[in-house]
Order: sequence, then C-alpha cells, then structure tokens
Amino acid sequence: MTTSAPPAPRTAAHSPRGISGFLTRLQGGNRFTPSDTLTYLYLIGGTLVMSVPVLWLVMSSFKPLSDLYSDEQTFLPYRTQTIAVAGYERPLDLYEVTFEDGTAQTLAEVSRVGIVARMIDPAAPETIIEVNINQRAALREIYFAFDNYTGAITQFPFLTYLGNSVVVTVGATMLTLICNSMAAFGLSKYRFRGRNALFLVMLSTLLVPVSVILIPAFLVVSQLNLTNTLLGLIIPGAATPTGVFLLRQYMLTIPDELLDAARVDGASEWRIFWQIILPLARPALAVLTIFSFMWRWNDFLWPLIVTSRTELFTLPVGLNAFQGDLTTQWNFILAMTVLTMLPITVVFALLQRFITSGIATTGIK
Amino acid sequence: MTDFSTVSESTFEERSFWDRLGAFIISVLVLPLALLDGLLSRLQARIGIQRMGYWFILPNLLIFGTFILLPMLLNFYYGFTGGTSILPQNRTWVGTENLSALLTCEDYTRPLTCTEDLFWRGAANTVRFVVIEVTAIILLSLVTAVALNRRIRARGFFRSVFFYPVLLSPVVVALIWKWILQPQGVLNSLLADGRPIPFLTNADWAMFWVIVVHVWAQMGFYTLILLAGLQAIPKDLYEAASMDGANEWSRFWHITLPLLRPTMLVVLVLTLIRSVQVFDLAFVFTGGGPGTATQFLVQFIFQSAFDDRRFGIAAGASLLLAGTLLVFTIIQLRVNRSSLDNGEG
Repeated sequence: MTTSAPPAPRTAAHSPRGISGFLTRLQGGNRFTPSDTLTYLYLIGGTLVMSVPVLWLVMSSFKPLSDLYSDEQTFLPYRTQTIAVAGYERPLDLYEVTFEDGTAQTLAEVSRVGIVARMIDPAAPETIIEVNINQRAALREIYFAFDNYTGAITQFPFLTYLGNSVVVTVGATMLTLICNSMAAFGLSKYRFRGRNALFLVMLSTLLVPVSVILIPAFLVVSQLNLTNTLLGLIIPGAATPTGVFLLRQYMLTIPDELLDAARVDGASEWRIFWQIILPLARPALAVLTIFSFMWRWNDFLWPLIVTSRTELFTLPVGLNAFQGDLTTQWNFILAMTVLTMLPITVVFALLQRFITSGIATTGIK
Repeated sequence: MTDFSTVSESTFEERSFWDRLGAFIISVLVLPLALLDGLLSRLQARIGIQRMGYWFILPNLLIFGTFILLPMLLNFYYGFTGGTSILPQNRTWVGTENLSALLTCEDYTRPLTCTEDLFWRGAANTVRFVVIEVTAIILLSLVTAVALNRRIRARGFFRSVFFYPVLLSPVVVALIWKWILQPQGVLNSLLADGRPIPFLTNADWAMFWVIVVHVWAQMGFYTLILLAGLQAIPKDLYEAASMDGANEWSRFWHITLPLLRPTMLVVLVLTLIRSVQVFDLAFVFTGGGPGTATQFLVQFIFQSAFDDRRFGIAAGASLLLAGTLLVFTIIQLRVNRSSLDNGEG
C-alpha cells in the first residue's frame, strides 16, 4: 500500500531503547521533534478531511432509507436484529426491554398497537407480554444491506449507463492512443513543410478548454449527425494535444539511427512505427492510457451536450439526471455514486504509487 | 542531518511497471495496426518515405481540425452574428453588437443596470471564486507538500489520500458533499439543534462550500506537482545551511521558497486557468443557486446557448473568457522568462 518501509536506524547505539524509543524512532535514528508532531497532526487531520466525506457516502449507501434521515446518525450501517420463532411466518424484531423493577430482558415483537407493543420471550413464545414502547430499545447489529444497489440496478437504467461509459472510455482511449502516437511519430521523425507550425497550433489549443468552444463544437457534431451517438462521444476528444505532446517528447529521445537501420533491413515505415517505435514508447503510452481512462470516465460537460436521450447517457450524466429528477430517492443515488467511483478507485488502489509519481513527473491532468 | 529528505521515486521497479503496462496496451492495439500493414506499404511504394510523415499526422489532424480548430474559428463568427439559429448560413452579421451588449452598463457600480446583468453576475462570482480558491489551493498544497517531503512514515499512504479526490468525477464529488450538507445531513445533525443551517440555500454559505469542495477535490494534484518541485531541490543546500546554523524556518524561507518559485508559478497559472472555467462541479452541486449566488461565467455561456438559444451572446462571452485565459498565459510566459533570466544572472 505504501512506499518502501522505512529503513532501520543507521546506528543502533544512538537510538533510544525501550518501547517509547521504538515508537518515536525515525528514519535515520533521530528523535521526534515538535515539528514532527505538528507534521503528523496536520497529515492525520488532513487524512480525515479527505477521506471521511467519501467514507460517509459509502457507508450511507449500505443503510436502509429509514436510517438515512434518522435523528441519531451512525457511521456504520446497522439493522435491527431478528429472530425466527415457531408459529410466526416472518422473523420477529428483537428488543431490549427494561421493566419497572429495573430488570432487563430480550423480547421479540409480535405486533404493536399505539404505544403498546405485544411481545414474547423467544424461549417461551406462548406468553404475550405487553410493553410500553418507551421501555424498550431495538437490538441493532452492524449490517451492510445491498438493497440500495439492487434497487438502483433494477429500477433505473444503471447498467445502460455503465455500458455506455465502458464503451466510450475504452473506445476513446484506443482511438486516442493510435491517433496520438501516429501524429507524435510523424512530428518527431519526419521533416516536412509546416511541421513546426502545426505543432505550435496544436500546443496553443491546450489552453482553449471545451467550455470556450461549446457552441461551434456542438454545431459541428450535429452537422455530422453525431449527436446522440456514442461515436459523437468517442471521436471529438480523441485528438488530445496533451497526448501528442507527451508522446512526441518521448519519441524524440529515440535515436534516428534505429529507424535507418530498420529501413536498410527493408522494413516499411508503418512497420517501423508499430513494431519498433511503439514498443520503445511503452512507458509514455501507459501514462497516456491512464490519463485518457480518467478523462473519459469522469467527463461530464461534453456528454451532457452531445446526448439528450437517456439510453446514451454515460454514468456522470445519468447520475446528474437522477439527482435532478428524484430528489427524494437519495438511497439509490448513493448506491449509484459508489458504483460510479468504484472502477477508478480499484485502479487507483492497485496502481496508486505509479500514478502519483507518474503525474508528478509529467505534470499533466 | 537535515529534516528534509530527497526521495528518488522513480525506482527500477516502477520503470518496469510502466513498461509492462505499455506492453499490454500495445498487445491490445496490435491487431488493427497489423491489419493496416499491407495497405500502408503499398502507399509508401507510391509516395516515397518522406511524405509518409503527412499520413501519420492525418488521422489526428482530421479530428483535431474538425472538432477543435474549426470550432475555435467558428466561435468568432458566432460572436459577431445574431439570431436564434445555430446554422451559420441563417445568421446575420451584427458586428460588435454582442460584445457591446455584454459590456454595457448604465452604472458600472451596480450590476443590475447592465444589459446582460447575468453575465456580470457570473463574472463577479467567478472573480470572487478565483481569488479565494487559488489562494487557498496554493497555501494548502504548499503546506501539504512540505509536510509530505519531511522524514515521515507512510508517506505513500498520505500522498495517496490527499490525491484520491482528484480522480473522482466532478459529479461524484458534488454528490458526496451534497449528501453531507443536506438539511437533514450529517453535518447539520452534528452542529445544529433542531434548526438546520442552510448550507446550500443561503447565498454566502453556498459560495463558501463551492470553494471548499473545489479545494478539497483539486489540491491533491497541485500538492503532487509541488512535492516533485521540492524533491528536485538539492539536498546539500540544506546540509550546508544547517552547518551554518540556520534553523528549520530560515532554511524554508531562504532555500525552499526561492528555489520552489518556478514550480509555484506553474501551479499558480494552472489553478488560474482552471478556476476561471469553474462549471461542472458547481453546476451539479448548487445548480448556480440559490438564485444566482454561485452562477459562474461558463454556466452563463452554457445556459445562454443551450437554454435560451442566444448563440451570439454566448459566443461573445466565450470570446471574452478566451481573451482572459490568453492574458493569463502571456503573463505566465513573461514571468517564466524573467524568472529564468534572474536565475541565470
């Protein structure tokens, strides 16, 4: 999960002995200083601020609707314990009942009329005991209920959105990789008129966000009959200047002699591209893949404009439509939100070390 | 011994990870690439090696030209034409009418007297948002990066925790916080007794939370960039300073900050360019409300175009926005150059 474990202190003789010495020992054998304490306090506080909102949503998605708006909110999801008693069709809810004399007993509820509950002792189910509902408290246990998830999947076109998101993300990423690497190869390994001007124009559009060209971009897409199609979501964003730039810079480091040698051996230019250059640009391709995956999976503005039919919505657009339409059905929205962030989270959990250092070195997002 | 450590993150193991991932990706792409083999070698036989360069650029150029370059040029046309039709041939030339409508106010101290008061409202909100958000992001990510750069245990864990929200869709981030800030949400049940605080229905609270949520979602990215900048500072500078008796604070003030300046500039410009375009997260989070309290420029463009069909006004506003971004970029280039000159001289 984390980077390599801290190495042992360099000189054991200098490090303090005992448990407190072990706990406060640092890399290099120095003692804890006040600024170290401050650092850890800040980082732990920051960790809570960054993670608790996400965890709260995840936990909430496992709670029944009735608990989502209860006065006493708990972090973990709970449910009332039940027990199957002979003679009763459905399992009965269990309660801890405190009698007037101070004794307590675990009873199961048979039915309830007003403020009086008719209860039985599961061990002796024949006798009905009448209890005031103020005298009892439900027995609760931690329970992760998947009802919100099954509800979200069966009652809403969640799977359609998921499918669209997968098709768009995978298709667009493949198209991006092929187009960008071809362009990067052309720009880095050939000399022709207008090459540098072309590269500069491309780079300058890095600064022009989609939000600035919304209207004409929509016009172009609609004139090409690409609105409300998955192709309209896949193609327009595929020619990312960022990707071309990243790959070109990488390919410039590949020596031209390699290409000449392959040409002498009779390889065609196309073959040189995909059999020699692409394998050598593996790390850059991998970084671009992760970025493209992230961009496309999370993209909101473009699909919002291009699609108006619900069967073509991607997950973020569908999720937004839900939260606008059904303000009362938060239990389903919570489950769908968790499912939407799940793939990115899994990929990140597996690759986090590589992703964070990859971004730090390339500086793109 | 210094309290700062320079950790080389690009280990051998890491390099081989990117190699393996890249190899897997190529194996997925290999089929379409191999299928084009015959076609393209015949093409090469006809046109020669040097002109193959054009063909390699062609697919990317087609997509780029159609969906990025052409729209950029068309945007000028929309900005100077009027009417409710999106088709260029049905639009009439109005010259600078859209731009002057956007920029005209009877009394510039009172936004309500402006012809396009929503544009001014959006611009004012955007300026307020940008100033506070950029300041907060730079301060917090600097503090976090410095903390992460110290000799600490579990650095990778902390780094990942701060970075994780960056990966989430703006829609997901908006929903996470909307759920917490609801009238019956957890924050209200912790803080208020009976009367919920109107976090998202009071104008000032809504703006406050829009800023907080943006900082929460984006600071991890800038933290990583600053961390990389910190790790590039030569370690022996700190050792020399400690030998001269400089304490931790003066080492930070006299070594870290000056040497981190180029990285800070990059972060400043990136956050500026990004925060001027604030839209999607806020749109899902507050919808621009309550009223127009959190309505920003891009939302104005979006709604003028797609709700009101006032394409000329929308394009005019996006030209003004693009102009602002251009100014930021030019300033960045200038500042970068002068900081380089200073470094050399």
